[in-house]
Amino acid sequence: MMNETVLKEQQSNAMPMPESYAPKKEIEREAAVSIPKAARKRKWRPGNSENLIGYLFISPWLLGLIFLTAGPMLFSLYVSFTDYNITSKMNFIGFDNYKRMFTMDDLFWTSLWNTLYFVLFSVPLTTAGAVFIAVLLNQKIPGMKIFRTIYYLPAVLSGIAVYFLWMQLLSPTTGLINTVLAWFGIQGPSWLFDPEWTKPALILMKLWSVGGGMLLYLARLQGVSNVLYEAADLDGANAFQKFWHITLPMLTPIIFFDIITSTIASFQIFQEAYVMTENGDGGPGGSLLFFNLHMWNKAFEVFDMGYASSMAWFLFVIIMVLTVFNLKFSKKWVHYDGGDNK
Amino acid sequence: MNGSVKFYQTMKFRRYVKNTIILSILILGSLVLLTPLWWMVSTSLKTPAEIAQHPPAFMPESFQFSNYIEAWQTGPFTRWGLNTLFISVIVTIGSVFVNSFIAYGFAKIRFKGRNTLFVIILATMLIPGFVTLVPQYMLFSKLGWVNTYLPLIVPAFLGSAFFIFLLRQFMLTIPKEFSEAAIMDGASHFKIWWHIMLPLTKPALITVGIFAFNGAWNDLLGPLLYLNDENLYTLQLGLQTFKGSVQVQWHYLMSMSVTILLPTVFLFFIFQRFFMNGANISSGTKG
Repeated sequence: MMNETVLKEQQSNAMPMPESYAPKKEIEREAAVSIPKAARKRKWRPGNSENLIGYLFISPWLLGLIFLTAGPMLFSLYVSFTDYNITSKMNFIGFDNYKRMFTMDDLFWTSLWNTLYFVLFSVPLTTAGAVFIAVLLNQKIPGMKIFRTIYYLPAVLSGIAVYFLWMQLLSPTTGLINTVLAWFGIQGPSWLFDPEWTKPALILMKLWSVGGGMLLYLARLQGVSNVLYEAADLDGANAFQKFWHITLPMLTPIIFFDIITSTIASFQIFQEAYVMTENGDGGPGGSLLFFNLHMWNKAFEVFDMGYASSMAWFLFVIIMVLTVFNLKFSKKWVHYDGGDNK
Repeated sequence: MNGSVKFYQTMKFRRYVKNTIILSILILGSLVLLTPLWWMVSTSLKTPAEIAQHPPAFMPESFQFSNYIEAWQTGPFTRWGLNTLFISVIVTIGSVFVNSFIAYGFAKIRFKGRNTLFVIILATMLIPGFVTLVPQYMLFSKLGWVNTYLPLIVPAFLGSAFFIFLLRQFMLTIPKEFSEAAIMDGASHFKIWWHIMLPLTKPALITVGIFAFNGAWNDLLGPLLYLNDENLYTLQLGLQTFKGSVQVQWHYLMSMSVTILLPTVFLFFIFQRFFMNGANISSGTKG
């Protein structure tokens, strides 16, 4: 399941998947349409054996759901009301962990602030960047395939090597970034050593791999017929108008999906901060102490499992509230009929 | 002006200007994206003195290929590499077959509660992984799985929401005639899955395989949490401790980074179109 966390992160920056909410029935309908009527009549009836065999096929996932997701979640909800610390018994202590979190733990607020800062900047910037690049890469220019490869490549690279690379690039005196800034007479900041610049540094690193999200937008753009654009040309629309009134509305379902997944992933930023600071000490001035890093330290450095569980649930509630808000708000700006899905 | 349309007023010219602008932006962007990679390779081939030099050079004076060998010898990297390969291969095999199996159930078998369960799959993708981190750790340590590869491998055999979704979407695009004809002939679902569905969904399976392999290869969190015995370390974890144990030696760190990224880059260039595949399937625009 650790994998899951990493994967999730990877998915959302390498290739999230849109429209998970809408398509289920549509696709079934599409599939049904393609079948000749005579064949459809022969459809088998859902009998008992069919039920049994269905559950047999999905049984691995059901086991995972029970033992790796639902069970652990309920258990951690319970643990969050105890003082469990591995050696102790689980004493029920009511809301004490939550009280401590909100009133006594300054680092909790620091970590929450750092995380919100990161989410607030990285999500819109990476989304906008991905859309922008996708539109560029959708132009009909010879050699475009090579550009697509180049723009996608950084998103494929992940893990510790990338963090090391960026520590080197961001090195204040001998790093690439400040060297290039110096050409333009700009004295670059100390990046990972300056509390003011640590988070922008990580956001910069995220922007480098923006090609992952790009791929989905590109796939969508390529599935669209030219008719709308030709009509707009006849009406004398300029490039910006075409982008604003045709391209962007068409991309909104993917933007919506991208925002949801990348918000969830960004709230869980951990590895970057763990590797790029001294084993998770939170960096200069605690400026890289993200929520999950703080939780990690509580759970696996001082083994305050009860407290860590209450933090986990707090994060879960925040993310759920944001997701529901996103879903509700999406009706105002997401166009599901904008493009044709053929 | 009638009759004398200048070249700069034609559509052709405008397209030419537009393409030039786009091309310039794309080239500039490519430089921005690729220079860090060049920087990694070049730093990995420099001497420590060259790296400390200010301002730094883009090209090493002479290529110190020995950095790669020396860095590899600073720790039991061969062993860690084999460990990582072992885990990644098993996770990949598990992910490909198990997720395909589950996806077949959701795509091709009609059973009670299927749609509800599928919505639950989608919902689990929204659960932050860290919420289950602590209880899972408690579970695995109760089972005595700490310091084994089981916590890294077993979950892969219990399916991943994202892969199930991906494979299901792909299977839905395969006409039902295939499986219905087989059912008429009395084939079981298991046989249909094995003999018909697996071969037909090969492109999607490759996509899942690549993503699973990369995920396992680059996983730091899992090994960090579950492996304490140095002999069991993976490359990611080994490199993390390597960074902490020595004064930062950039020429070694960068050469190790290049080495550890090679399998991913290799897979990317071989299977490039399968990466694109994933995006196409999941955005609903097949092909």
